[in-house]
Amino acid sequence: MALIEVEDLKVYFPIRGGIFRTIQEYVRAVDGVSFSIEKGQTYGLVGESGSGKTTIGRTIIGLNKMTSGKITFDSISLGEDRRRSRLNIQKDIQMIFQDPYSSLNPKKRVIDIIAEPLRNFEKLSTQEEKSRVQNLLDIVGLSPEAMYKYPHEFSGGQRQRIGIARAIALNPKLIIADEPVSALDVSVQAQVLNFMQDIQKELNLTYLLISHDLGIIRHMSDYIGIMYKGRYVEQGTADEIFTNPQHIYTKRLLSAIPDIDPRQREVIFEKRLKVRDEFVKLSKNYFDENGLAFPLKPISKTHFAALPERG
Amino acid sequence: MDEELVKIKQLKTSFRVLDDYYAAVDDVTLTIYKNEVLAIVGESGSGKSALAFSIMGLHNRAKIEGEIYYRGENIANASPGRWNKLRGREMGMIFQDSLSALNPLMIIGTQIEETLLLHNPKISARERKIRVIDLLMKVGIPRPEKTYYQYPHELSGGMRQRVIIAIAIANQPQLLIADEPTTALDVTIQAQILDLLRQLKNEMRAAIVLITHDLGIVAEMADRVAVMYAGQIVEIADVYTLIENPLHPYTKMLLKSVPSSSGAKSRLHVIQGVVPALHKLPREGCRFRGRIPWMDASVHESNPMLHEVRPGHYVRCTCYQYFHFPDKYKEESSHGTH
Ligand SMILES: Nc1ncnc2c1ncn2[C@@H]1O[C@H](COP(=O)(O)OP(=O)(O)OP(=O)(O)O)[C@@H](O)[C@H]1O
Ligand SMILES: Nc1ncnc2c1ncn2[C@@H]1O[C@H](COP(=O)(O)OP(=O)(O)OP(=O)(O)O)[C@@H](O)[C@H]1O
Ligand SMILES: [Mg+2]
Ligand SMILES: [Mg+2]
Repeated sequence: MALIEVEDLKVYFPIRGGIFRTIQEYVRAVDGVSFSIEKGQTYGLVGESGSGKTTIGRTIIGLNKMTSGKITFDSISLGEDRRRSRLNIQKDIQMIFQDPYSSLNPKKRVIDIIAEPLRNFEKLSTQEEKSRVQNLLDIVGLSPEAMYKYPHEFSGGQRQRIGIARAIALNPKLIIADEPVSALDVSVQAQVLNFMQDIQKELNLTYLLISHDLGIIRHMSDYIGIMYKGRYVEQGTADEIFTNPQHIYTKRLLSAIPDIDPRQREVIFEKRLKVRDEFVKLSKNYFDENGLAFPLKPISKTHFAALPERG
Repeated sequence: MDEELVKIKQLKTSFRVLDDYYAAVDDVTLTIYKNEVLAIVGESGSGKSALAFSIMGLHNRAKIEGEIYYRGENIANASPGRWNKLRGREMGMIFQDSLSALNPLMIIGTQIEETLLLHNPKISARERKIRVIDLLMKVGIPRPEKTYYQYPHELSGGMRQRVIIAIAIANQPQLLIADEPTTALDVTIQAQILDLLRQLKNEMRAAIVLITHDLGIVAEMADRVAVMYAGQIVEIADVYTLIENPLHPYTKMLLKSVPSSSGAKSRLHVIQGVVPALHKLPREGCRFRGRIPWMDASVHESNPMLHEVRPGHYVRCTCYQYFHFPDKYKEESSHGTH
């Protein structure tokens, strides 16, 4: 059974404007998105910047209000039962935030930042708490003396690891990881990704992984969803998306992946321009009159794409 | 090679930790030429941002030693007034930390206009707004007239980053330091921004210092690449040499950690150990030796120098000549083994 199911989720924000900053219209940040994640699997969410990925994550943990739709976690509907289920949800779903700077309280020491969730949910002695934090620091590759320092004393990558240590402190069931490693260098990235896979197996963790790095998404994900302007354009297994992309936006995204071979520069550049021109030329066939994606249509049992009705 | 724009000599940038100063940038000598993209890569905490901040005069609490020449003028310890002039007109920086670089209480339009005013205080309000909308369009903001009136928290991470980029290129700087400019962006916008940087370079013959973790971006953008480890440059070469024939053990290991494009779900290569905290950095001998413990101590130099192995290709320490990966690579997981 799916651990989490999101059905036709919509999240709209008002846009204010003019001199009096009155509501002028709404941003449809998430505009009818459905997906589900099986226990123990990793679901990769990619897409255009500003397409609503973070908003989906924030809505699942309750930081944004849903406009309509339904989210079911572990058989509990989050929409209606929010208050009753709140305490457990807070423990079971953790989020690693995109921005390692603003998500850490600058006035707190690392030990207090990481131990905060522990203090809320578990009664540990000072000594127990210290050893738990030490263990968590070790897991994310920070030295024990980091404990008594403040966030500003760390580099960008080091701060992101502190956020990860805090997120895993309570052994959650679902981790929403919003760009968890984009601030890290590739070697530490490798370490964190390997580690995420290890604890996933050990603890039967489920991940919703949001990333712009398609190499990482492919490496980590069982299923992948691709978003454009608040809607899905394609969904499928990692293989289906990478070897048989159907939607023109997916194709464009794939063509934009940088290549590690500097001698391919010109070739890639040319190819990218070609795909971009094709995207511009064909986009009226792939998007409705408002420039939004069509509803998903099945390509196979697991593969769906937002293609227009034929004929 | 083009003419020199920035010349850094034995730069040492130190922070106070506990009761003493410790160098985060330790003896960096580097020339940045006009019309080039110089990529800086290196482990998290190796001093890349600290170096960038030093070049831009943005450290307020750090001790700066050594020389930084910008067009022949030593600006290492220039007055705040001088720095403000330089930053507004000649140098631009895209910060790694995009959120805190924007003023949360000011609409986007006004923030960009402030930068335009630094360069040209006489420009009319109408003209300013046109320029701002144009800049927002250039960086790929879909509805610039709306974004003009929005506050930072109303934008997605990627949109904020594009605003920062718009501010950095507003005055067409001669030197642009881009600290992880595109990590928050999707790859299509990333491609667009990288094009924009290329354009800036081609049209203005500007120098671009590109700090990034993404070796794919390095391969696509850089003319030269400097690799930093523990506050020092350990290797520097043109991009082809660096990626095809890296010499320093750290560079070799870095290139091995990239997830393969075939998408195999195998384990990724990890460099053992952690970057030591600033005040615990080994400052004697080869700083990388602790990360390659299987190599014999005798392969390292006692006072490692940057050696020019071929014209333009420099490597620190002699250990590269003997370096090999361990016989059977222990794929080290991070589980409490260090
Ligand atoms: N609090 C808010 N008020 C108004 N608009 C918002 C708010 N939060 C998000 N938005 C808007 O909703 C849309 C989706 O934003 P979201 O942060 O979910 O995008 P994203 O896919 O995570 O993008 P990125 O990849 O750039 O992080 C954007 O247009 C954004 O400007
Ligand atoms: N203001 C500060 N006070 C004390 N130490 C600092 C300060 N800023 C940076 N450091 C330390 O200096 C070293 C270099 O930091 P820097 O931010 O330059 O790393 P970086 O190479 O940019 O890393 P990343 O890739 O993670 O951004 C790190 O050990 C960091 O903890
Ligand atoms: Mg986001
Ligand atoms: Mg940095």
